Amino acid sequence: MKTHAPAISFHNLTLGYDRHPAVHHITGEVERGDLLAIVGSNGAGKSTLLKAIVGELKPLSGRLDLHGSDKREIAYLPQVVEIDRSFPISVFDCVSMGLWHETGAFGGFDRAAEAHVFEALEAVNLVGLAGRPVGALSGGQFQRVLFARLLLQDAKIILLDEPFRAVDTKTIADLIQLIELWHGEGRTVLAVLHDIDLVRAHFPSTLLLAREPLAWGETPTVLTPVNLDRSRQFNESFDAAAPVCAQDETAEIA
Amino acid sequence: MIDALVQPFIEFAFMRRALVGSLAISLTAPPIGVLLMLRRMSLMGDAMGHAILPGAAIGYLLAGLSLFAMSLGGFAAGLAVAMAAGLVARSTVIREDASLAGFYLLSLSLGVMLVSIRGSNVDLLHVLFGSVLALDDAALLLVAAIASVSLVTLAVIYRPLVLECFDPHFLRSVSRWSSPTHLIFLVLVVLNLVAGFQALGTLMAVGIMLLPAISARFWADDAAGMIGVSMVAAFASSLIGLLFSYYVNVPTGPAVILACGAFYLASMLVGIRGGVLWRLMPAKHLEA
Repeated sequence: MKTHAPAISFHNLTLGYDRHPAVHHITGEVERGDLLAIVGSNGAGKSTLLKAIVGELKPLSGRLDLHGSDKREIAYLPQVVEIDRSFPISVFDCVSMGLWHETGAFGGFDRAAEAHVFEALEAVNLVGLAGRPVGALSGGQFQRVLFARLLLQDAKIILLDEPFRAVDTKTIADLIQLIELWHGEGRTVLAVLHDIDLVRAHFPSTLLLAREPLAWGETPTVLTPVNLDRSRQFNESFDAAAPVCAQDETAEIA
Repeated sequence: MIDALVQPFIEFAFMRRALVGSLAISLTAPPIGVLLMLRRMSLMGDAMGHAILPGAAIGYLLAGLSLFAMSLGGFAAGLAVAMAAGLVARSTVIREDASLAGFYLLSLSLGVMLVSIRGSNVDLLHVLFGSVLALDDAALLLVAAIASVSLVTLAVIYRPLVLECFDPHFLRSVSRWSSPTHLIFLVLVVLNLVAGFQALGTLMAVGIMLLPAISARFWADDAAGMIGVSMVAAFASSLIGLLFSYYVNVPTGPAVILACGAFYLASMLVGIRGGVLWRLMPAKHLEA
């Protein structure tokens, strides 16, 4: 359900840490309702790009435009979740936090909200574990809990950073179904993935990243053997004495 | 037996005041301790307990043994250290625990120096160890007021606070409550240490905040249960400590905290959630 209106635009965007770029001069648009896979080697800047979209990272240069989407309309599943899983909280309570946009810090939590939470748990096959503490779950079960929470967030833009780590094939199939459901509802979904076959099977468009975008477009045209080979040759070396990048000025003059 | 437990409170007004004061503190400090523990900030409470010393000392130097001046000073000093530590942690490479250690040691040494400039050692002991048996009306009112404000505030910010402990990243992504919640919580910690130090002294105040909270981990599975257990444990320990100090004629503050400590050791042994004795005698495993 693409509408050819951009959801996210990058204008010559450079992102990085301590002046060293992790994503270098990326320009382009993610269309509203797109289901985009972000693929690339380690250190290619995939997570960095997502962090910039949620506003955790300020651009070193260039611009990022969310076209009026509020920060709260973006749901983000980080790669390393800073969740304290020893915290004594039940699966139900954890998932119900996805309703924050409705209940807020002080709002009531009524029967309808409870029903929503159970629907979300149903969607990820976790109803039976609703009362369990999150510390008692396996890695894959916990990942499903996080998906249920994302489901409740009802966000226009959904960012998933390696959502299938430590998840078995059956669960991946379930979660893919959820992602395709979101896609069908016209939400914009960006997912960082390493499984090329999975991307080919389920993601209409792909961004191949190696600090700079190597290719961006429809998945079959992006994931060609030539492009993938270039991606594998990406050198994640770090040059402490790197000179100042001159491309900004040339770009501005041009 | 019951006579021995009740008689001191019937006979002496100071014992009744001490009881009321400890009840107020027991209602509010332990829940804050539970949240400190769940945020892995248990030792932060201890550091803050030391940090309020110079403020109390300045209050004492300016106004003598004035409850109001010392409380205000202690509150200001505690808050200053907490804010400075938080600010440094958020704007430099130093982590919050390290920056807090830096500031509280600075604060503590300043406090000890200030107290020794003019006060005698007795005064220092008073500030450090409190005087629960000498709570006057003003002190009781202050403790009760702090307890009421803390309980209400805690109830209001409970949801964002739990989320801030459990998944701060998520809270930051869905709302602007993260920093305010953290700030309000720090203020509550300092307020309760100030309330505790009226009765138990700066060194002991943190005891009634943390020991019942840590013990509660052995009795309850969820935060709400832990808060309930910690309140009851804190009040029971206060009662036992008061009676012990009355009959054996020892200082009350340490007696109360020792009672909390005894409860902690007992919980560790026989607590139904992972107590040591239960681990020694594991029950047979279940079918599913």
